[in-house]
Amino acid sequence: MEVKVRPFDCWDDFKNYRIEYYKNYLEAKDKGGIRWAGSAWSFDPVPAGLGEDVYPLTGEPYGATAAFFREFSVRALETIERKGAARDLCGYMRNYWGSVAMDKYLLADGTEIEPFPKPDFNFTIHICCTHAKWYHYAAELEGGVPTYAVDISVGPGYQLDDKKIEYVVRQLEDAVTWMEKVTGREYDDELLIKAVENEAKSMTLWSKICKLNQAVPAPMEEKSMFSFYVMTLLRRSDEKVVKLYEKLYDEVESRVKRGIGALTHEQFRFVTDNPPPWPFLKVYRYLEQTYGAVSVGSIYTFGLGASWIGMDEKGENWIWEPAPTPEEAGYEIHDRRSALWWTAMFNLKYRASWQHEYSHWIRKQETLQMVKDWKADAIIMHLNRGCELWNMSTLEVRDYLVKNNVPVATYEGNMADPREFDEARTFNVIDSFMQSLGIEKLA
Amino acid sequence: MGKNVDDLAQLKQFKEWFDNRHEYAKKWKKKTGGKVVGYYCTYVPEEILYAAGVLPVRILGSHEPESITRPYLHDMYCPFCHDTLAQGLEGRYDYLDGVTLAQSCLHMRQSYFSFVDRVPNIEWDYYLPFPHGVTNPYAADFAKHEFENFKAAVEDWLGVTITDRDLDRAIEVYNKNRELMTKVFEMRKADNPPITGLHAMYMVVSSQVVDKAEHNEVLEGFVEELQDVENDREIGTRLMLIGSEDYDKELFELIEYGMNYPATFVFEENCTGARYFWGLVENGDDRLMALAKRYVYRVPCPAKDWARGDFFGRRRFQFIEEVIKDYNVDAVIIAQMKFCDPHELDIPALREMLDNMGVTHLHLELDLTQPVGQFRTRVEAMIEAMGEEDLFI
Ligand code: SF4
Ligand code: SF4
Repeated sequence: MEVKVRPFDCWDDFKNYRIEYYKNYLEAKDKGGIRWAGSAWSFDPVPAGLGEDVYPLTGEPYGATAAFFREFSVRALETIERKGAARDLCGYMRNYWGSVAMDKYLLADGTEIEPFPKPDFNFTIHICCTHAKWYHYAAELEGGVPTYAVDISVGPGYQLDDKKIEYVVRQLEDAVTWMEKVTGREYDDELLIKAVENEAKSMTLWSKICKLNQAVPAPMEEKSMFSFYVMTLLRRSDEKVVKLYEKLYDEVESRVKRGIGALTHEQFRFVTDNPPPWPFLKVYRYLEQTYGAVSVGSIYTFGLGASWIGMDEKGENWIWEPAPTPEEAGYEIHDRRSALWWTAMFNLKYRASWQHEYSHWIRKQETLQMVKDWKADAIIMHLNRGCELWNMSTLEVRDYLVKNNVPVATYEGNMADPREFDEARTFNVIDSFMQSLGIEKLA
Repeated sequence: MGKNVDDLAQLKQFKEWFDNRHEYAKKWKKKTGGKVVGYYCTYVPEEILYAAGVLPVRILGSHEPESITRPYLHDMYCPFCHDTLAQGLEGRYDYLDGVTLAQSCLHMRQSYFSFVDRVPNIEWDYYLPFPHGVTNPYAADFAKHEFENFKAAVEDWLGVTITDRDLDRAIEVYNKNRELMTKVFEMRKADNPPITGLHAMYMVVSSQVVDKAEHNEVLEGFVEELQDVENDREIGTRLMLIGSEDYDKELFELIEYGMNYPATFVFEENCTGARYFWGLVENGDDRLMALAKRYVYRVPCPAKDWARGDFFGRRRFQFIEEVIKDYNVDAVIIAQMKFCDPHELDIPALREMLDNMGVTHLHLELDLTQPVGQFRTRVEAMIEAMGEEDLFI
């Protein structure tokens, strides 16, 4: 069946935001503003209380951007390897460290700027083995930038209790005092409250948009989603991001109503699990153009920055339903504490990607349910050497899915190290997989 | 004439426990009728299990080549994780009743989850969310909360109540073990240390797999006997080992007994060495808080050691610095398990610190089995180079 296809009206808005984002960080000091750096999972509403001229640089999207520009990436990786960094460490982090060590900063279009703009402080979280240590060493490379990391490894959301939330809230309260100290600024709780509300809105809106992709034909394919989801990782507490997602939601909803799809021939739907090999996104194009195969969802793209109900209270089933915003939950945010409490609770409980670190079972349920809900014919898994957290459980999940009659293909690679990817082999894997399922190449 | 350490009955006992750890646990079970719980990381508050009459044993690998874990664990996870899971899959832990993990690195978790799912004799399992932020002031409070849950789960499983008296008894036994092993380590500051790294490894690892009370009895005798030991080996270069689960006897045999140049380990900063037992539980009214503080404030695993606002350093590095001075360390061997992220993440900064201290260091990447010849050449080259500097001066 031939499907109507349209480019996204809001495409340029998203693209421009990304371009501005890296520029704003670069130029923040010229305008007397503040720069901070940290994981994309940092509690980004918290530094927002320092003022309206506070600009973040989140490390994972920066690492992905660097990886996309292969030649820059290889230089960065080799520079940091010479300093003793092991090749099997997080690919994003090595690109970031390498960038700092080369003293070169990359803009979204690949322009290289010297020197690397040092942050005023690093503010991060710690859940995988890497996060806090990433910024600890980056701070040393940068000559001793003040660094604060929040430990969030309290267990899965469905087992959350007051003491666990309190552990995180107390660290965030200290973080506010610390930020005041290192920046010399007075903290504005009203800005924090607004940012916390925006964060919840952005994350929940993105999950609502993802849900719309359950439609057949799918209104979005994953390459476009890469450009959309990343806002939840760049600066989700920014009102402009909320507006972007509101616009996107309306557009995707309208595409569903009008039967506008992502591909002209959608003959095969699949989901994915890991970050893609950023330097080789053509894998997706190959699947689309050769087989009419569309990636309709991904544990990574959906789970990283969106908020979902997740495991039910008994820890038995995964529920892919958007989590409530404070307004929808009837929770009133009125001061610093209630704001910090909400952002801690909301992320710990509903951020999908903070759940499956705690058991294979969670990841298995999460994945199988995605295959079902997004009406996928199969899953294509990236055995990604670049991230030990996202690669967690993958083989056990594969085994589980196969036992549940889900066709699975796997290919090896690295999300952010262009030297670790075998293009020909990957295409071979895809061809054999499609053949085994009886999927013909498009004429 | 003093005694030879290798002839000491206690050392032989440690070695026998190390070599036959599974047989020991099976016999213990038969003798006592108690339960045995395998633990995956040294952050597990063993005292709580011990207080309930359980024998906690550390899950270890065998350093034998295997291929049965490949369908479950990606090959980017460290050899220790593969090795431990392999032991479970091969039925070598068929006597375990339960298994637990105090939240540690992601690799170990993978192995633990698969172990729980795939080793059929496991009737009880517990994932303990131990804090990662041991450098932050709220970690002990949080750890205490998790220890309460852990204690309740153990009680529930066994149908017992763990009283304060039970905990006091367990803490006493464990503290004694720690004190005695610390005493042995202190003796290694001497110009002529009475034991080698291999001996220390037998002592510490055996303590992780046998009843601590029994271990203490032997250990007490060991401490006494060591006063009379006269070492006839040439100590040579005084080495410190920095690493993780380094219990591969071949590694010690190679470096301490198999090279053309004499060398002796005088300290092991790893979780089969000092990191396991350093630091006591300071007893107080609140037993679980006392335990929480000990585990949070012990020498941290690199997985948990990072900057946090007002504290920028690494606690472990401070400890390493002190040890280097106190034990008169000439050179450091960084024995890093292949693919081990927590250690790899510290290595650039660690190398820099050692360089700044003027301490020679060598980085070895450990696998399931070691390339002995290659390691020998590298360690010998390091020692040779150290000698060259002396020649020049
Ligand atoms: S290892 Fe993975 S989860 Fe950890 S910082 Fe890197 S990309 Fe993120
Ligand atoms: S060697 Fe490293 S990765 Fe492996 S279990 Fe130990 S700390 Fe974890």
